[in-house]
Amino acid sequence: MATTMRVDIVSAEGAIHSGPATMVYATAQMGEVGIAPRHTAFISRLKPGEVRVENEHGEQEHFYVSGGMLEVQPNVVTVLADTAIRARDLDEAAAMESKRRAEDTLAGQVAKFEYAKAQVELAEAIAQLRAIEKLRKMKGR
Amino acid sequence: MLRPPLEKGGWVDLMIQIQQGLKPTRVETNHMAGAKEIRTKIASIKSTQKITKAMQMVAASKMRKAQDRMSSSRPYAEKMLQVISHLAHATPEYRHSFMAATRPHKTVGYIVVSSDRGLCGGLNSNLFRRLAAEVKAHQTAGVDVAFCAIGNKALGFFKRFGGQVLGQATHLGDQPHIEDLIGTVKVMLDAYESKQIDAIYVISNSFVNTMTQRPLIRQLVPISGEAQDPLPSHWDYIYEPDARTVLDALLTRYIESLVYQAVVENSACEQAARMVAMKSASDNAGNLIGELQLVYNKARQAAITQEISEIVSGAAAV
Repeated sequence: MATTMRVDIVSAEGAIHSGPATMVYATAQMGEVGIAPRHTAFISRLKPGEVRVENEHGEQEHFYVSGGMLEVQPNVVTVLADTAIRARDLDEAAAMESKRRAEDTLAGQVAKFEYAKAQVELAEAIAQLRAIEKLRKMKGR
Repeated sequence: MLRPPLEKGGWVDLMIQIQQGLKPTRVETNHMAGAKEIRTKIASIKSTQKITKAMQMVAASKMRKAQDRMSSSRPYAEKMLQVISHLAHATPEYRHSFMAATRPHKTVGYIVVSSDRGLCGGLNSNLFRRLAAEVKAHQTAGVDVAFCAIGNKALGFFKRFGGQVLGQATHLGDQPHIEDLIGTVKVMLDAYESKQIDAIYVISNSFVNTMTQRPLIRQLVPISGEAQDPLPSHWDYIYEPDARTVLDALLTRYIESLVYQAVVENSACEQAARMVAMKSASDNAGNLIGELQLVYNKARQAAITQEISEIVSGAAAV
């Protein structure tokens, strides 16, 4: 039986693949790399592209990643996949969008956090909930 | 739930009344007309109960899915933390600003994770109360506070009470995606790097069990604890392109994944809280129906008795 290593492909939203493999191919920062078991420790950014995992029966599984990280240790290969396409200007646009929307919704608002007002209203809400809780208990008896 | 939703009247209003265990307005009981009124009331409570029951069941199934999502997002962050702590020790001469020592606080940032919708008991109010206490503590210490609102309820909260809101992300739905959070997190991280804020915290509900959800504040930046602990390893990676670039990319993703986890956990909390709230609403509706049924029977009987006595006395007069 051929030597194998464990391959985990995980993204922030969940595990994508996990299992033994004899070879992994991925698009690293400076070109495609092929990782065999007992490869030396290696870490690289991944370019958007394909990750191919070859198992001991010679079957290949293909995964598309839109970027991420490849971490290699002698017996474990981990692909930390991005679920979104990441680029500096795209991230920037998302940040601007988030900011703009917040400004839009809160336009004309006082900038200072009004603690007293918040405290009163929250206390009311909590007291209401407590009272309901109590009423419910009394009813239950 | 802080306030009833905007739409007055209709089933939403009635549902809130029922959820809070209030009795609907008293009805006249000594006429057949009164009995009819009770009957319509019972029918309307019954249909509300159907809604609350359905909501309870929907929440239960959504909660299970949210819990799955919660656990499946963990390996990513754990793996990243391992790599980050390794990198931090492999390159001691480079300290990313996210990992730098805590600087004196002039302004702190909070990422407030709330639900988009109400009808989930005290989930959001408890969270905001915790936040308000925290803000108060900062204000007395002369520290400014900036916020990032995730979820409609948080946004509404800041709309009412002010507060410097740097970014927002709402309508994430039942399956939050990390794409929707990238911008919001970046706003905060940028503010941190440009020294507008000196620390970033995330406040969200933590899922203790179905009955209990607790507001929890976690420090995001500067990264504290585990990532700084020394590792007993003496090997190093081959880097492509170099350690610094790799570390930078990792740190941003790590923080994003932490926020994502908070959002996913909060959504599990939301569903659990809604499930419990809707369960007690259905129970309350059941009690109300029972009580009203009694009143209705009495009214009906009284009406019949009255009619008979009228007929009898009419016959006697003839």
